[in-house]
Amino acid sequence: MYYLETKDIVKQYAEHLALNGVSIAVPQGSVFGLLGPNGAGKTTLIRIITRIIAPDSGVILVNGRPFSGQDVYRIGYLPEERGLYKKMKVGDQVMYLAQLRGMSRKNAQTELTKWFRQFNITNWYNRKVEELSKGMQQKVQFIATVIHNPELIILDEPFSGFDPLNADIIKNEILRLKNEGKTVLLSTHDMESVEELCDNIALINQSKVVLHGNVFEIRNAYRQHVLRFRLFSDDFEMENESFTVLSKEKKHEYIDVRIQKKVEMENTELIKLILNTYPVISFEEELPTMREVFVSAVTSQSIKDN
Amino acid sequence: MNTLGLIIQREYSSRVTKKTFILFTIFMPVLFLALAFVPLWLSTIKDSEIKKIVVIDHTGIYAPEFKSTDDYRFEIVGKADESANYTPRLGKDFFAILQITDDLSKKPQNVFLISEKQVPMSLLKNIEKVLSEKVTRQKLDELSASGNVDAQTIVKVRHIIESGANVSVSTLRLNKEGETFASSSMLSSIVGIAFTLLIYIFLMSYGGMVMQAVLEEKRSRIVEVLVSSVKPVNLLIGKIVGIGLVGLTQLFIWALLLGSLTMVLGILPVFSNDAATSSQLMNNSMQPVNMSEIVAMFQTINWLEIILYFIVFFIGGYVLYASIFAMIGASVDNEQDTQQFMMPITIILLFAFYAGFYSIENPDGPLAFWCSFIPFTSPVVMMVRIPFGIPAWEKILSVIILYGSFVVISIFSAKIYRVGILMYGKKPTVKEIIKWAKYK
Repeated sequence: MYYLETKDIVKQYAEHLALNGVSIAVPQGSVFGLLGPNGAGKTTLIRIITRIIAPDSGVILVNGRPFSGQDVYRIGYLPEERGLYKKMKVGDQVMYLAQLRGMSRKNAQTELTKWFRQFNITNWYNRKVEELSKGMQQKVQFIATVIHNPELIILDEPFSGFDPLNADIIKNEILRLKNEGKTVLLSTHDMESVEELCDNIALINQSKVVLHGNVFEIRNAYRQHVLRFRLFSDDFEMENESFTVLSKEKKHEYIDVRIQKKVEMENTELIKLILNTYPVISFEEELPTMREVFVSAVTSQSIKDN
Repeated sequence: MNTLGLIIQREYSSRVTKKTFILFTIFMPVLFLALAFVPLWLSTIKDSEIKKIVVIDHTGIYAPEFKSTDDYRFEIVGKADESANYTPRLGKDFFAILQITDDLSKKPQNVFLISEKQVPMSLLKNIEKVLSEKVTRQKLDELSASGNVDAQTIVKVRHIIESGANVSVSTLRLNKEGETFASSSMLSSIVGIAFTLLIYIFLMSYGGMVMQAVLEEKRSRIVEVLVSSVKPVNLLIGKIVGIGLVGLTQLFIWALLLGSLTMVLGILPVFSNDAATSSQLMNNSMQPVNMSEIVAMFQTINWLEIILYFIVFFIGGYVLYASIFAMIGASVDNEQDTQQFMMPITIILLFAFYAGFYSIENPDGPLAFWCSFIPFTSPVVMMVRIPFGIPAWEKILSVIILYGSFVVISIFSAKIYRVGILMYGKKPTVKEIIKWAKYK
């Protein structure tokens, strides 16, 4: 079941095609990563999903239905370019934003108290935003994004400007929201957090989706068939036409070997083959990191286009 | 509460609760009244020191004419005493030296008033008046001495000159019932200028406030958070209405304060009497005006009509200019970049202000007439003309054009606003801004 689907979204600015038939599908109750280099069209897509701008063509489905005006209240959006009224008190500000999203005053007050307690910032209520540090402001912004209990939470570069400690708080909040059955759409350049958090991703490059799907499957698809063995031996001298040795590293009484195998050879066959000669302590297949996937997908497309 | 109501409420209450707003709103009428009354009051206080003026008359004809007053004492010295003896003492023992070196009926420029400080206007006028009268008499004497004219005519001429020919035109206005009533074109002018100035200042400052508010939301980057849950057009309308209400609140408080303050001051005898007497002192050529006449003149002005039109034109002009200012605020990233776009608007408003100002001279002239239909100038110019009384169709047409154009401009502005608030980075050109209006 997809919570959010975009189908063939096209958006043309004056002399620049921002989105060229972009389709993504975000499953309910998952964290979805929207990746891509700067200027690829991520923010434009997010602005279309949040109904800030209208697409030239294409449809957006929420829960399988076409998107309607009331659906904006079910979205919590933290934009990349984000801020708060500097002269306004923190509490008043969150109340205002919550009410703008259709909450009653009373309801907003209860939720606000709950969230302020959870983030341990109850004493900030009467402070002006300009008195807060950037990290503190980000926390307030995050609360303002989720206070109305949205079903879909869209976070555009949520970790930029956070120290690792506060970034972890937000990461935990994202996972908690996911466990509550919420759907999270995350746009980020931080590839480590994609591996940590995302179930699925879409990679947008030059206004098109170039990669779409489950994170594990994508990494699998991009694997280079490299296996890492730790063997109880002084050296590794096996030679076979079905694999090549990439590197050897002797450590104490064991040796670490990286082997690239032929695609048609099964992993189990290779292990058996080695196990016949050397005692294997451990082995694992090296999956490419999301960073490597990102770089290779983006560069291969640029090569294709040129 | 719906979102539009919330936005209006926030824009309104965040401004009226500001300390600067409260202080300014309360002290402005006090300051205004002080500016009007203090000079008036000060002018009634007489200079305690009597100024001494030395008259050195080489001819001996003019010196006896100078009569000392409460303010000035003329000390006549013979021509034997040259000015050289007196100049070193100038500024210490006397205020000024009046030197007459020749017969002024033949050489009128041979009179000098030497002083250290600037000579008061009243003293100069007094001296000129005394001398002119004497010279006139001198010339008449010569004429009668020549024998060509008979003595009786000379006597008549003397009489005419002495009694003076002070003509003062009372202006009357004809109302619909055919009754005439006293009006004062001066009062109409003052009322017109006051309202024009007020509307000009309000358009400028409250329009500017809208621009600041738009710019602030853009600069603080809160705008994208807002437009994800609120339609941009609602955000714009909320801002314009909220700030407009702040303006109306300020006007209302000022009207209330000014009204009650003038009433209080009017009752105080020290002000009402002094005001009447001092206006006589200040301008001798003007007929003495007493308070009851002023009150009567005030009543000839249709205040209800003026205030009603003021509100109508204020709202129309404010929405028109606020839409334009909002458009500018949305198009740029920072204060500096507003300058380029502000310039033409400021020039138009200034032109409107001057057009209004010069319309006082000729409230039905072509400048005043045409400017009261151009929507960018009509709110300012019309406020000058209305106290003078103009045909109803002009007023109605002007209002229709103004409101029609603010609808068109605010729709265009909303389109620009919607796109502009999300654009960061380089300053757009006017061509690019116009393209934005076409975005879906």
